[in-house]
Amino acid sequence: MQQSDGMLKKLLHHIGKTEAHELECDEIFELLDEYSEAAARGQITEQFLPLVQQHLEQCQCCCEEYEALLSILKSESAQLN
Amino acid sequence: MANKRTNSEWLSDLRSEGLEKDDALQDLRAVIVRGLPFALTKWLSSSDPHFAELVEEVAQETLLRVLSHLDTFQGRSQFTTWVQKIAVRLAITELRRKRWQDTSLDELLEVEGSFFGTRLMADPAAGPEVATEQSELLAQMRRLIEEELTEKQQKAMIAVRIHGMPMVEVARRMDMTRNALYKLLHDARLRLKKRMEEQGISSEDVLAAFEN
Repeated sequence: MQQSDGMLKKLLHHIGKTEAHELECDEIFELLDEYSEAAARGQITEQFLPLVQQHLEQCQCCCEEYEALLSILKSESAQLN
Repeated sequence: MANKRTNSEWLSDLRSEGLEKDDALQDLRAVIVRGLPFALTKWLSSSDPHFAELVEEVAQETLLRVLSHLDTFQGRSQFTTWVQKIAVRLAITELRRKRWQDTSLDELLEVEGSFFGTRLMADPAAGPEVATEQSELLAQMRRLIEEELTEKQQKAMIAVRIHGMPMVEVARRMDMTRNALYKLLHDARLRLKKRMEEQGISSEDVLAAFEN
């Protein structure tokens, strides 16, 4: 099935990007407010919290929550402008 | 706007009693309610009949959590961002739960004659040579998964990575915390990566075989 193949490709990609040390979901949650604010300001760089970025690429649940929080922050700065 | 307080003022007002606290809670509730529609655009339309009820429930639960966890706020962000992080977690967790509530993990993984409910087959539109290469690679991947991973890891990995079930929902069904399942899957990915490297297979090579 096409869907299985597409998902397998994603899995292979994620296996390739796996690191020995990765942050866990609880640690990401602790950092998410700080990270999201930086992202909203356009300040995410490779050097800034790369482990957070790495986890978000591997973990769809955390990524969804990050994107949702980012949407709120962007709406707030849109209101101020 | 309701959120004109500094972080210190939020904390001070919420730790006080009486009117100061009530006003702060009311303003904080307004912050949560204002933000959630933006957070949930991919999940639930704000015109959905259940939307208002969900927002209200999440706002209430968020305020309770905030009050009981005030001491954990470390001031590395705006207080309102920290609060909204909690609200987003609560709202999306509930929406995921509802979306997947009728999906049984066992049923998802149990399709006769398949690898945990997947077909994992070569692209039927590919030519014979490419199809053979793809089939061999898929067989190799399948063997790696079966040989390297525990049964728990196999089930979780296939459910999350092939069937697309949210990790949080798989964790719930496997009676594990979200964190514990992430660690289990991380270990699984590490094992597969190591084994693939030992066998001289790179994931790029496998991916390239499916691009043709």
